[in-house]
Amino acid sequence: MKLREIAHSRTGDKGNISNISVIAYDAKHYPLLREQVTSERVKAHFAGVVEGEVVRYELPNLSALNFVMTQALGGGVTRSLALDAHGKSLSSALLDLDIDPGSDDK
Amino acid sequence: MRTIRIGSGAGYSGDRIEPAVELAEKGDIQYLVFECLGERTVALAQQARMKNPEAGYDPLLEERMRAVLPVCGAKGIKIVTNMGAANPEAAARKTAEIAKSLGLSSLKIAAIVGDDVLDACKDGDLPIMEFDGTIKQLGNRLLSANAYLGAEPMAEALKSGADIVITGRASDPALFLAPMIHAFGWAMDDWNLLGQGTVAGHLLECAGQITGGYFADPGYKDVPDLARLGFPIGEVGEDGSLVITKVVGSGGAVTARTCKEQLLYEVHDPRQYFQPDVVADFSQVIIEEIGPDRVCVSGGRGHQRTETLKVSVGYVDSYIGEGQISYAGPGALARGRLALEIVRERLKVTGVESSELRFELVGVDSLHGAEISTRANEPYEVRVRVAGRTENLREAVRIGNEVETLYTNGPAAGGGAWKSARDVVAVASVLLPRDLAKPQVRFVGA
Repeated sequence: MKLREIAHSRTGDKGNISNISVIAYDAKHYPLLREQVTSERVKAHFAGVVEGEVVRYELPNLSALNFVMTQALGGGVTRSLALDAHGKSLSSALLDLDIDPGSDDK
Repeated sequence: MRTIRIGSGAGYSGDRIEPAVELAEKGDIQYLVFECLGERTVALAQQARMKNPEAGYDPLLEERMRAVLPVCGAKGIKIVTNMGAANPEAAARKTAEIAKSLGLSSLKIAAIVGDDVLDACKDGDLPIMEFDGTIKQLGNRLLSANAYLGAEPMAEALKSGADIVITGRASDPALFLAPMIHAFGWAMDDWNLLGQGTVAGHLLECAGQITGGYFADPGYKDVPDLARLGFPIGEVGEDGSLVITKVVGSGGAVTARTCKEQLLYEVHDPRQYFQPDVVADFSQVIIEEIGPDRVCVSGGRGHQRTETLKVSVGYVDSYIGEGQISYAGPGALARGRLALEIVRERLKVTGVESSELRFELVGVDSLHGAEISTRANEPYEVRVRVAGRTENLREAVRIGNEVETLYTNGPAAGGGAWKSARDVVAVASVLLPRDLAKPQVRFVGA
């Protein structure tokens, strides 16, 4: 299944850094997010977009992860050549990530 | 326990006008905050001020003030805003003039000045955080340097009786923290209270983004009545307790989900959210729905503030030239790709000097790049987009020209060509020792 089935997401921007939250709709899916939505996978998923590193922060109280991606916004929001200079649409790309539901019921 | 209700009347400079009027009329609020100052807006406003000493404040200031002052004046709702941009005193004078014209000449209006730290930054030749280099190395490309001020001067203005407080560059959450500090007398070293107050300010500062804006995804996250989106109200107790809500009957929704998304918006390490007044810690925050459109947010903490203030530095970065043209119907994708190849070659053949170029098809791969977009099916129509960074305007103009000439020199049936060339004012940051910024409160007679 797609990440979109179990989580929602929002993108924020500061300079050339994009952050994407991934929030489980249901707390029971948080372990699945922790296990499968790793910074390595996110970095690979954004090949061609994110040139820097991807750091993941965990927020268990919110059943959420926060990904901070450096060199991700074409040199920075205020100077980028991109149509979506803020990278606001990036969260939608991340929700397309494949998730293995395993034995977990959906 | 004493509580105050703070409304968030705008989340950015161009935001909708009437939700703030709805908050003032029906929100039972004591404070109305307008956050209208984007990252580079001060730099652009500084340019406007250099041309006209009475300019350089938010272009919608007059419209917003005319819309809300009659009801705010009648109900005694205090206004805090960063619409002063590069010229808070001129914004305050303009607001006084508007108040007078509305028969509200008794309103006390304060401007906060002192965020302009250009001279101090030049003297210190501070290093730039985003790239190698210093302030002095920007030379005559340097336009402005404005420190993110904290809540103290705004709280001081409220304490001195201001009905309207107009600031320039200040931290966005501080616009909300100031009324809390004023109303409850919070100590400026009570780091946990200031941290929880920062949580409140951070949640409220983007207005509609916590009431269902920037959130809807049909079938997954549905939001009612986005055309009449209500803006948020923060119900804050003197112990820092917080409920986010909105006007009953307004559009949108306040849910645990909207609050979680906004809590993490533009946040990096949740344990360290750097603010002028505190280093806030969002990592232990708990979000609970306690009623329809009522969400309780607790657990924000804080640590001692740092000895530096972040300064936003505006500078002329480069120029950008851009051109677009559309193709539709059978073969649109192939003709779009052919068009991109033609322009790529033309920019070489004609020797356009640029440091960076983008070739893309809107509707195919413009947002997430070619790699992520490969799974897309062929679209009915495509829009060619070429953008390039140049050292001067003349070169930037040539990029759009090479797209436009596709009309008569490119693939069949290209339509709707568009081009632009503009200078780019960008921002970078430096850290300034905080004692070098000297904010002041200045009252303007109404």
